[in-house]
Amino acid sequence: MKNSEIWVAFYTIIVREVRRFTRIWPQTLLPPAITMSLYFAIFGNLIGDRIGEMGGFSYMQYIVPGLIMMSVITNSYSNVSSSFFSAKFQHSVQELLVSPTPNWVILLGYTLGGVARGLCVGLIVTLLSLFFTHLALENLFLTVLVVCLTAVMFSLGGFVNAIYARSFDDVSIVPTFILTPLTYLGGVFYSIDLLPDFWQSVSMLNPVLYMVNAFRYGILGVSDINVYWALVIVSVFIVVLFSFGLRLLNQGKGIRS
Amino acid sequence: MTYAIEISDLKKRYDGGFEALKGIDLKVEKGDFFALLGPNGAGKSTTIGILCSLVNKTSGRVSIFDTDIDTDFAKAKKFLGVVPQEFNFNVFETVFNVVVTQAGFYGISRAVAEERAEKYLKQLDLWDKRDAQSRMLSGGMKRRLMIARALIHEPEVLILDEPTAGVDIELRRSMWEFIKKLNEQGTTIILTTHYLEEAEQLCRNIAIINAGEIVENTSVKALLKTLNQETFILDLDKALPSGWSLSDFAVSISKDGSTIEVEVVKGQSINAIFSALDSISINVVSMRNKSNRLEELFVKLIKG
Repeated sequence: MKNSEIWVAFYTIIVREVRRFTRIWPQTLLPPAITMSLYFAIFGNLIGDRIGEMGGFSYMQYIVPGLIMMSVITNSYSNVSSSFFSAKFQHSVQELLVSPTPNWVILLGYTLGGVARGLCVGLIVTLLSLFFTHLALENLFLTVLVVCLTAVMFSLGGFVNAIYARSFDDVSIVPTFILTPLTYLGGVFYSIDLLPDFWQSVSMLNPVLYMVNAFRYGILGVSDINVYWALVIVSVFIVVLFSFGLRLLNQGKGIRS
Repeated sequence: MTYAIEISDLKKRYDGGFEALKGIDLKVEKGDFFALLGPNGAGKSTTIGILCSLVNKTSGRVSIFDTDIDTDFAKAKKFLGVVPQEFNFNVFETVFNVVVTQAGFYGISRAVAEERAEKYLKQLDLWDKRDAQSRMLSGGMKRRLMIARALIHEPEVLILDEPTAGVDIELRRSMWEFIKKLNEQGTTIILTTHYLEEAEQLCRNIAIINAGEIVENTSVKALLKTLNQETFILDLDKALPSGWSLSDFAVSISKDGSTIEVEVVKGQSINAIFSALDSISINVVSMRNKSNRLEELFVKLIKG
């Protein structure tokens, strides 16, 4: 395929993905808006007032970056895992497989579709948070960079999940049993300084902690970890997951017999 | 000679050990109307799956218009349009988007894709349904949608895997006409079908596959020439007298005596039947083949 044709194929996949999640907005965009509003109201306003300050900020201000990141992670991941698995399930993935679109374009297209949903939900949650608190923006470039890289990383994770999934249960297992615990234990609601030393060390093994803290650093200027480590870790995960996803596509794992 | 498809020593063994293709050789000429026949599980869909990249081959060589799928599959894929047996489009997309999106996967710009989508959806009587979700279409419409989608990049070869399965007679006839017209315009057609009448009426060349092996590969005409026996059904204007028989022919007579089935072996003249009936003042009102001729051959070849 010529470069111009590759670009058309890539753009077509992204447009189709965006059309999909906007068409079913009551399932994709509305639930995180409602859930996060409840988090803001209950944890931020009601309970947060009693907790006091954390990291030099009100509890509400402290948890907002974490909750935005949690929305981005969950939605990037689930967009790609459910979209690609559905395409497998109803065999419409064959539309792509019979076409000359290179596998790396398929992978990139689905990934950016997931990133689009992650960022869209992230933006909605950010706007909602402004009804509850004021947000400073310490470092715009770092904030945008971290959120984009995180969305890319989890979109790729969702793609790998979808490749291996054989049923809709397989698509929900990872978010429920791995992603959610990692996110809740990844410093969304608390600073790891509050933990005993041992659990602080264990927390350092959680990649979500780095992303949440790097994002919080971009907005509030406070972090439990070195943000540059976060960028390195996310970048490494992206390279590994992209290579792995591409390898699975080239092999036809789960999509070719 | 330019071949649209050249397959040599193609083998496929599935993970469970089942050998679906045992080293088949096949050539389809450019512009041909080619039928691939075989019973269920013979290897038809595996062969087509390998051609269009839905099945990984175990070994062998496949080229499409001299482009080896191992060296430049992207180029080879551009030559092919595929209409699969099962519906495989996103059922929540509109008819128009299904077709235009497929064009995008081939790198065709939106403006050109929209023009072509209009052309093919109109030709296939789907234009009025362009804004309908594809899940709302009837079975026949869904089948036509897959044809429109397969044609959107104007392929040199159109592969149709059981295109008229479950389609009513009227629609089947109109699909035949459409596909015939495409072939006349130069598109090579490869058809798998269970309707042998379809193959006999439409196709020039034919391959019969059974248990992963090609058991016959020739022209439909040549194949039919090998048929050495046909059964004719004759409707008579009145009942035959009881005990009537016809020497040299195997004849079975209906209960009311006004219809007979006569087996005619190659070389025998059917004039003898008419003469015998004429001698007892019985006229033949109509005459037809008992079954599709190709079907008889097919059964014979498969049974080996």
